[in-house]
Amino acid sequence: MLAELTRRLLSTAIVVLGVVVLVFLLIHLIPRDPVDVMLGESASAADREALRQNLGLDRPLGVQLGEYLGGLARGELGHSLHHRRPIVELLAERIPATLELALAALAFTLVLALPLGLLAAVRRNTGWDRGAMAFSLLGVSIPNFWLGPLLILLFSVWLGWLPVSGRESPGALILPALTLGMSLAAVLSRMVRSSVLEVLGEDFIRSAYARGLSTRQVLTRHALPNALLPVITVLGLQLGTLLAGAVITEVVFGWPGLGSLTIEAIQSRDYPLVQVCVLLISLSYVLVNMLTDLLYAWIDPRIRLGESDAG
Amino acid sequence: MSECNHGSNNSRRMTDKLLTVRDLQVRFGEGEGAVRAVDGVSFAIDRGETLALLGESGCGKSMTALALLRLLPQPVGHIAGGQVLLEGQDLLALPEMRMRQVRGGRIAMIFQEPMTSLNPVMTVGRQIGEVLAAHKGLKGRAARARSVELLGLVGIPDAGRRVDEYPHQLSGGMKQRVMIAMALAGEPDLLIADEPTTALDVTIQAQVLELMRDIQRETGMAMLLITHDLGVVAGMADRVAVMYAGQLVEQASRADFFTEPRHPYSRKLFAALPDMDKRDRPLTVIPGTVPTLDQSFHACRFADRCASAWRTCHEVEPAWLEEADGRGVRCHLYDPAHPNPPAAGSEAEPDRLAARSAAPRDLLEVSRLKVHFPIHKGLFKRTVGHVYAVDDVDIHIPTGRTLALVGESGCGKTTVGKAILQLLRPTAGSVRFDGDELTRLRGEALRRRRREFQIIFQDPFSSMNPRMQVGDIIEEGMVAQGLVPDAGARRQRVEELLEQVGLRPEHARRYPHEFSGGQRQRICVARALAVEPRLIICDEPTSALDVSVQAQILNLLKRLQLELDLAYLFITHNISVVAYLADRVAVMYLGRIVEEGPVDRVLTDPQHPYTRALLSAVPRIDTDTGREVIRLEGDIPSPSNPPTGCHFHPRCPQAMERCRQAYPDRFERGSEHWARCWLLE
Repeated sequence: MLAELTRRLLSTAIVVLGVVVLVFLLIHLIPRDPVDVMLGESASAADREALRQNLGLDRPLGVQLGEYLGGLARGELGHSLHHRRPIVELLAERIPATLELALAALAFTLVLALPLGLLAAVRRNTGWDRGAMAFSLLGVSIPNFWLGPLLILLFSVWLGWLPVSGRESPGALILPALTLGMSLAAVLSRMVRSSVLEVLGEDFIRSAYARGLSTRQVLTRHALPNALLPVITVLGLQLGTLLAGAVITEVVFGWPGLGSLTIEAIQSRDYPLVQVCVLLISLSYVLVNMLTDLLYAWIDPRIRLGESDAG
Repeated sequence: MSECNHGSNNSRRMTDKLLTVRDLQVRFGEGEGAVRAVDGVSFAIDRGETLALLGESGCGKSMTALALLRLLPQPVGHIAGGQVLLEGQDLLALPEMRMRQVRGGRIAMIFQEPMTSLNPVMTVGRQIGEVLAAHKGLKGRAARARSVELLGLVGIPDAGRRVDEYPHQLSGGMKQRVMIAMALAGEPDLLIADEPTTALDVTIQAQVLELMRDIQRETGMAMLLITHDLGVVAGMADRVAVMYAGQLVEQASRADFFTEPRHPYSRKLFAALPDMDKRDRPLTVIPGTVPTLDQSFHACRFADRCASAWRTCHEVEPAWLEEADGRGVRCHLYDPAHPNPPAAGSEAEPDRLAARSAAPRDLLEVSRLKVHFPIHKGLFKRTVGHVYAVDDVDIHIPTGRTLALVGESGCGKTTVGKAILQLLRPTAGSVRFDGDELTRLRGEALRRRRREFQIIFQDPFSSMNPRMQVGDIIEEGMVAQGLVPDAGARRQRVEELLEQVGLRPEHARRYPHEFSGGQRQRICVARALAVEPRLIICDEPTSALDVSVQAQILNLLKRLQLELDLAYLFITHNISVVAYLADRVAVMYLGRIVEEGPVDRVLTDPQHPYTRALLSAVPRIDTDTGREVIRLEGDIPSPSNPPTGCHFHPRCPQAMERCRQAYPDRFERGSEHWARCWLLE
């Protein structure tokens, strides 16, 4: 297990390095002179030269990469051109908002998907099952940028229960979290259903019933813990999608998080900021996947304790 | 554990009916097309008694057991009628809440597959604890203490540590012991054991069966033993009930059943068993297949396959005929109401097989074969050791002869087969086929040579592509090897092959799922034969089949060997199949051959203590010969870390100091019979 952990951390580190280099090269993939793109063609030659030197674009690529990596290691992320502030400060404001939204969406996803999937599996081929699966199909099919405005129209404009946008009141979190979590909840409830169905057909479920356990005991102690193992993997992979979805959702609801910061940066051609945002989103994806694998290994004793020779 | 039935109250107890089943009906599905899996089964079990429910797959014996606990597969299976009385109380009428107290409390059940019957993410102690909490009100420390006690009782060493382990950390035999401990935890009056040892090796089976007998003696628990194995019945049962196509066809005491089975089906089951005495003729087979159960019957269900059947059997459904001593049979032969059958009942003995040519030369010569798998561990997956799967194995098979390779799971016998075929490249050693060294052949040369040696696997279904027609499956090898280039002639050849293995030419257009297990294995034989091989490696080809179907496949293999002069390497754990089919037998233990010789010598006069233990552990149908089972302690050790000296010494009842130090040399015992054991020095 310890060797596995070390191997996992090492391979993650290599992936992270790859991501950093790719993101660094991003600025050089711009089809024209990046300075032109950032400042516009009307900018003076002096301004251009200043920016070029500021960003270090006048030096060889290898040197630039070295300085970029060194800066990251020291925690220096540079300055935002548009906001004219250190990027670190901007992130300190925005990251908590995105984390809050992502966690709320995740909580909503779990609260909705687990019972729904379980219900559909246990009452397979009944109205419950078909209802749950119809809902899940709907959830997968509706895009965030449509669901968001729809919810705003219903709950904010017509009913007036919740704020339209912003992050000022606690209630403001509800609609963005719902919007963001919906498609993940839909995917996950299907996954839970098929996973529970598969586990319910296992021999150990039958022997649990033969011991005199109630249906509730069999489901909670035997079916769910086993059914959740594959679900965790899918959840980990889908969390990345959730982060990507946060970009759109944040814009729709004017949520002051990393996603809306990214869009602002792109619109204002603030390349240093775009770089950092893209880097952060990619890193969180890698990190979440690593945590998922470790969580999986820790939950499943067959991996945690290793397959024995006797088995 | 609370009560024991000693002497005086034993006789009174034996007349106590514990469980009475009356006219039990189990259906799958509704209406006209419903499958009547169990169709009017009645029997009773006394306290402390063992009733064996015997039958082949699909006869309804497991469904009967599940119905008693109301655990039929949902939502399709349901009980359509009858009574299940536990000391007079009808279980079928109990509300679900009360039924839960019966399950695990008064009736416990253990299943065929100990590997999959335990929850993999829960410690065994907690799983036993569930029974204690549900039926004995024990929780926490008291439950743990009792779990440890129970694990000790079923013979699990170091129970205090094992109680906190997960199922994957235990061997198959240990898992079945845990299942038994779990069943005992509720102190039930009746234990239902559904093929409890079918998935286990024969020496482990002997351990588990002995444990079950001991526990029954101590607790006075009754047992319903569901099995297809006549040998297990002979060793365990007080009474026997035989099931066929959803009905009981015979019921008798063990002694009566084994001395004089009455129903023609029961008699056929005995006749289909392979053994040494039947070597020179084909085995008796039951023609045809079991009728499907989605119909209503107006005649005897066995009539179409019965050699004794006459007109009445095809027109009138036989009634259950019971004698005063409880012996019963469902057959017109024993019904005084029907006119006596025509005398044609007796069957002609099958013709003797032709004698074979003498002293052929070796087709396959394997010497010093080694297959070692590296074990990778740690950060950089360094090789930290090897699994010595096959270690110095010598094998010779002459043209047209059969060598049986026997041993328990994990001994390396399948790896030997794969290494001979070069499906796995040997680590060292030589494999000479008809004088040519196969280990040096590569690429195209090896591929060309492959037509001469083929393999048949244990599971015929998973070894065929389900999306290919049978004709294409058989033809594939011919096309790959460029045999019979003309497509029309090739089709012709496929049809011939199908007929040769006892199928019909029109079967070529069907898919594998449309066939029964035995038919699928015939298709696999035809596929192997298509490229005209000279050697076929048969890897447990009959162990997934019922006895009556096994007989058909064994007959087929024997006939083909005579007709085509085929050599077989027959890999199996089934000793009676070896006795019937093999010329020579090699016994394998932990990667090495420990004894080899002519089949009659090895089976009647085994030299190695492991061979003796293996043979003695095989359940036999001769019930009262006073034969003693040599009990082997513990499990087979890991081949990655084999014991020093003789690999067998930790389990050997006769181990000496020398056995711990050096691996034994080869000692000859008569011509062509040798064993590796210091006792023979």
